[in-house]
Amino acid sequence: MPTELSEEVVKEAVEQHEELGFEVIHEKSPVFYDRFERKSDLQGQTHYCPGCGHGVAHKLIAEALADLGLQDKTIFVSPVGCSVFAYYYFDVGNVQLAHGRAPAGATAIKRTCPDKIVISYQGDGDLAAIGTAEIIHAANRGEKITVFFVNNAVYGMTGGQMAPTTLIGQKSTTSPFGRRPSNEGYPLHMAELIATLEAPVYVERVALSDNKNIMKARRAVRKALELQRDGVGFSFVEILSPCPTIWAKDPVEARKWVAEKMIPVFPLNVFRDKKPEALTDTAPPIRPVREVLELGTKSTGADVTPHHAHHFKEFTVKVAGFGGQGVLLLGQLLTEMGMREGLEVSWLPSYGPEMRSGSANCHVTLSRERIGSPLISHPDVLVALNEISLRKFASQVAPGGFILYNAERLPADFTLPQARIVCLPASEIADKLGSIKATNMVMLGALLEETECLLPATALNVLRDKIKKVAMMEVNDQAVAAGRDFIDHYVRVGAVTQPDGFAG
Amino acid sequence: MRQLCKGNVAIVKGAILAGCRAYYGYPITPASEIAEAAALYMPQVGGTFLQAESEVAAINMVYGAAAAGARVMTASSGPGVSLMQEGISYCAGAELPCVIVDVVRGGPGLGNIAPEQSDYFAMVKGGGHGNYRNFVLAPASVQEMAELTMLAFELADKYRNPVIVMADGFIGQMMEPLDLEDREITLPEKPWAVKGTPQTRANLISSIFLEPDQLEAHQRKLEAKYQRAQQVETRHELYECDDAEVLLVGYGITSRVLRSAVEAARRNGLKAGLFRPITLWPFPSKELAQAAAKVEKVLVVELSNGQMVEDVRLAVNGRVPVEFFGRTGGNVPSVEEVNIELTQRLGVLA
Repeated sequence: MPTELSEEVVKEAVEQHEELGFEVIHEKSPVFYDRFERKSDLQGQTHYCPGCGHGVAHKLIAEALADLGLQDKTIFVSPVGCSVFAYYYFDVGNVQLAHGRAPAGATAIKRTCPDKIVISYQGDGDLAAIGTAEIIHAANRGEKITVFFVNNAVYGMTGGQMAPTTLIGQKSTTSPFGRRPSNEGYPLHMAELIATLEAPVYVERVALSDNKNIMKARRAVRKALELQRDGVGFSFVEILSPCPTIWAKDPVEARKWVAEKMIPVFPLNVFRDKKPEALTDTAPPIRPVREVLELGTKSTGADVTPHHAHHFKEFTVKVAGFGGQGVLLLGQLLTEMGMREGLEVSWLPSYGPEMRSGSANCHVTLSRERIGSPLISHPDVLVALNEISLRKFASQVAPGGFILYNAERLPADFTLPQARIVCLPASEIADKLGSIKATNMVMLGALLEETECLLPATALNVLRDKIKKVAMMEVNDQAVAAGRDFIDHYVRVGAVTQPDGFAG
Repeated sequence: MRQLCKGNVAIVKGAILAGCRAYYGYPITPASEIAEAAALYMPQVGGTFLQAESEVAAINMVYGAAAAGARVMTASSGPGVSLMQEGISYCAGAELPCVIVDVVRGGPGLGNIAPEQSDYFAMVKGGGHGNYRNFVLAPASVQEMAELTMLAFELADKYRNPVIVMADGFIGQMMEPLDLEDREITLPEKPWAVKGTPQTRANLISSIFLEPDQLEAHQRKLEAKYQRAQQVETRHELYECDDAEVLLVGYGITSRVLRSAVEAARRNGLKAGLFRPITLWPFPSKELAQAAAKVEKVLVVELSNGQMVEDVRLAVNGRVPVEFFGRTGGNVPSVEEVNIELTQRLGVLA
């Protein structure tokens, strides 16, 4: 094919078109590179086949960008497909993305550069098959990008396989008997699909079937870009486009095929053209990093006594019970207290489904030195908030260790481990104080009183800082006091629970 | 001032202090707190948090933000990171700096949500397609979750490459004191990025090199970068190695158990030492070979059926016997178990 037309032919064509009322543009848009270096020996040509719709679509976009003065602001995202090499033509910032993921990438590009023009240019395999999720979600979030969707009803680049937009009965290399709804389903109508979503502001389907429709496409491309320029919202233009090579037609026949076969299946329409809405939701206020990350927050109670002489080198506690008993919180409070008393600390929870149903446990290590394993095989103390935990973990307690058990007495068939056990009805005590939720606080008070591992004053300070519910503050303080009291008055005096675990 | 902080949350605090203002991700146990913390903090420091529709979308958002010059991160766990592998390969191919956190859980398949270190191969040896490397950092404490995340951003920008922070369910879920200072940072210039400006108009971010010679040249360029990194970016920690007769090797949560195991062994009269790789790639092979040169045996402990042990064996190169002990499924060996392995299986005390 001749690459240059004679002046007479051009002149004649221009006149014909002007008579029809079209504006004739026959110079190359400045948004295109002067030389196309994709094909080293044919630098005036694109890599697209003669008669391919991509050339026209590119031209419409390039001209619009030039006319709107957006060249320097534009970031063009090319997909995987025939237009993977769009960056050889568009003299704008270019990013090539993985198959189908252009809307995801474009989302983040736009959010990184909100005042720039971000274009996602995709074919039907890229957008309507592998990238269905990405396009739907980008559209649904109302990303302020523009998507040009070139639909030619086949996979062009890979040699003519079936696309989600392949017509019923249309043969392709992977639908050799024609697309059958019973096997491959129906052509996917992306413009209609996108238009069901709330966020998109502009959705139109156009066709490169004849000059009239190309002019409509030109207007749609412009409008979509103008909407983005004005920060209005997500715009989507589906472009029905000829693929003469794969369809095995000459360029003229291919255009006719778009008009006669594709348009009846994919009707041309403006599916969405809505006024911009002012969204009323607001982002949280921006605050200094130091404040947001709580880097310098002083506790209201200040660090209590960093020089408190702890009686241990390392002290380990396992807290266990039902989910909802405040097992993890009790462990966290102990850990926070240890930290405030200048110790090295670690807190390791059971997590996941265990956390959401049934039992929970956590390991707390308080140490005067750097902590090795945060996992505790043999805790110095087991705080068992229920019977299951007692039965499960009592035998793990270190020889000479201590078990605090939330009940009036031990189960009758319970075999005593090599550890001292104190039973206290923490739930009942908490309930009497006004909230059974304070069970863990009763246990905390008892633990502190019995082991003297950390200072009760630290506990009260930590509670003040960490428990946000005002209603619980008083109950918690009372619960800690009641726990301490129980140890003081009953255990130390020997009135209620004996080391053998039976109430006296 | 020290604050008690969860490992997963510390990741985000470190990221923000490193100047990261962009997080794109998808929740998964046991990494969800990272997304939750990012959702809480990012908008308050003027950053972006976006919950993607999938890990596939998330990593491609990371690609997009990185292409536009942002310090950007995502986080996930095993199955989610598997979905990201294609995108990580693209980031490496397009030389896009980004940080990906893998809070490793049990696999293969859906596995479970308990801690494992079974993603070592997937993270350290690649996982995605093609000739590329990830930098892989292995934190062993909450403090390191933050610090190594900060380092990850530095390395990512320095080498224009993805950097993985590979933690495990326990390091992610545990709480420890975290001591961080807000500091002034200068973000590096990224003249190669595509920012929609006249200065960056000529820029192209792409991983496609259609001509064989071009692609080979590109890969050689990447390889040269990786060789440079192997010379200068290895990091490790030694504990009680000076007079050690047996060397324990482990990273992440395992290294914590091994530290206690070294102490226990020494209390029993066995001179054990610990070598902890902090960079899993580049692997501190030279340093490990040196540490191993003085011992009689090496015991590698992992929450896997033996993955890092291959790199240890390559480093030691047959000069010392290298034994392996692994637990999986979410089982983390206890100090006692490790010491039984040391004293009985290796027979060092016998």
